[in-house]
Amino acid sequence: MAAPARTTTGPVRGGFSMGARFLLLSIACFALMILDHRDQHVERVREALSVVVYPLRVLVDLPFRGWDSIRTNFATREALVAENEQLKRDRLNAEFRLQRLAALETENARLRELLDSQARVGSRALIAEILAVDLDPYRQRFNLNRGLVDGVYVGQALIDAQGVVGQTVKVGPFTSEAVLITDADHAVPVSVNRNGLRTIAVGTGDSGLLRLPYLTNNADVEKGDLLVSSGLGGVFPAGYPVGRITEIRLRPDQSFAEIMAEPASALDRDREVLLVWNAAEDAPHANEPASSRGDAPHASEPTGSRGAEAPSLAKAK
Amino acid sequence: MAERQHSWFVPALSLVLTLALSLVPLPHAVSSFRPDWVAVVLLYWSLSAPRRFSLLTAFWMGIVLDTLSGSLLGQHALALLVIVYIAERLHLRIRVFPMSQLGLVVLALLGLYEFILFWIDGVAGRTVPVSERWGPPLAGTLVWLALLAVFAGGRREAHARL
Repeated sequence: MAAPARTTTGPVRGGFSMGARFLLLSIACFALMILDHRDQHVERVREALSVVVYPLRVLVDLPFRGWDSIRTNFATREALVAENEQLKRDRLNAEFRLQRLAALETENARLRELLDSQARVGSRALIAEILAVDLDPYRQRFNLNRGLVDGVYVGQALIDAQGVVGQTVKVGPFTSEAVLITDADHAVPVSVNRNGLRTIAVGTGDSGLLRLPYLTNNADVEKGDLLVSSGLGGVFPAGYPVGRITEIRLRPDQSFAEIMAEPASALDRDREVLLVWNAAEDAPHANEPASSRGDAPHASEPTGSRGAEAPSLAKAK
Repeated sequence: MAERQHSWFVPALSLVLTLALSLVPLPHAVSSFRPDWVAVVLLYWSLSAPRRFSLLTAFWMGIVLDTLSGSLLGQHALALLVIVYIAERLHLRIRVFPMSQLGLVVLALLGLYEFILFWIDGVAGRTVPVSERWGPPLAGTLVWLALLAVFAGGRREAHARL
C-alpha cells in the first residue's frame, strides 16, 4: 500500500517508515505528557510556544476588537451623552464611597493595632483584558493580555467590579491563562457574610453556578446569603464577594446539604478584569521593572459595595 | 515544480485557518458542538491527498493546539497522530467508499480522537463532563462531508494523480 503512495510524495523524508515515525512521535507525546503532568519541566517549552502562537491569538481577537471600536465610533451623540452622564453619576457615587473608605481604613488599621493583629496591607492591582479566544469548551478558562513582563505570577487572584473572578494558572511572557471560579477543578474558600460561617465553594463547569458541598444540613445558611472570600487559601484577598446562595436542598438521608450559589461577578460577560497582588506576594515582585510601576498601590480593603473599587483603580492606572 | 509549490500553499493556509477557527469564541448554546477543526481538516487532507502532510505536521499542529487550549502538552498531538496515521494507512481502502460510508469512517475517527482526549483527561485527573463530548465528532463529520462536497473536484484530481 505504501509503494504507490510514496510516488506522490513531494519532499524527501527521513529514512524511517511511516509506522516507525508514528511510533517515535507517539513516544514523544507520551514523554511530553508525563513530564508536563508530573512536574514543571516543560514550562519553558510552553512559554516559548505561547510566544509563537501569540500572533494567532491577536489575529483572532482582532475582529472582535474592531467590532467594538466600530460600535463606539458609530454610537449616536445621544447615546454617548447618556453614557457620559451615567458614568459621571457612577464616579460621584464611587468617590463618595471612597471618601468613607479612607476613614474606615484608618479606623480599621487603628483597631487592628489595638488588637495587635497583623494588618492587611493594601494590594496592588492591574487591569487586564480578556483575549476573545475560546479554549477548551469543557473547562472555564481564558487568556489574559498580561504576562511575565507585567509581573503576573501563577496563582494570582482576578477580580472584577462585582467580585472574585478566578486565578491565573499559567503565565507566559505576554499572555497568561486564568481559570474561573466556576471551573470544575476550582475551589475557593469562602465565608458567609452574615455570620462568618466558613466553607468552600466548588465550581461546577457551568459559568453561572457554584456548589457548596461541605455544609451540613443544620448549617446556618439562607437563600440570598452573600458569600465573600475568606482569604484562607492565601490566593484570594479576603472580603471580596464570591456569590449569592440561590438554592438550598436539604437531604434528610445525608449529612450534607446540597447548596448552590450564583457567582457575583459577570463571569461570562467580562471583558476586563483586575489582577490583584497579594501583600505577601508583592515583596518579591516589588523590584519588577515593568509597566506595572505606573499602577499606584491602592488599598483594597473590602467595602462590600459593588463597583466601589474599580473606578478608583482605573484612575490610579 | 511550480504547480507543486502552489499545491502546498493552499493546505498550509488551511491549517493556519483551522487553528484560528478553533479559537474563535462561539455562543454558549453551540459551543459544545464546535467541530474539532484541526482534526477535521487534517483528516480531509490525509484522505483526499494522502502524504501531503507528514505525521510530523500532525504532531506540531497538536502541540500548538495544546499550547492554545492549555491542555497537557502532547495530548492533542497524540490524538491527531493516531487518527492521521490510521487515515493514511487505510486511505486506499476508504476512498472507494460511497459518501455515507465515508461519513461513518470519519465519524469513527473523530470519535476516537475525542475518546483519546477524554481518556488522557481522565488519567491526568481532570474533571470533564462526559455528555457534551458527543457534539464535536458529529459536527465535525458534517463539516468534513461539506468540505468534500465543496472541494470534490480537487479531490478527484488528487485521486487521478495517485
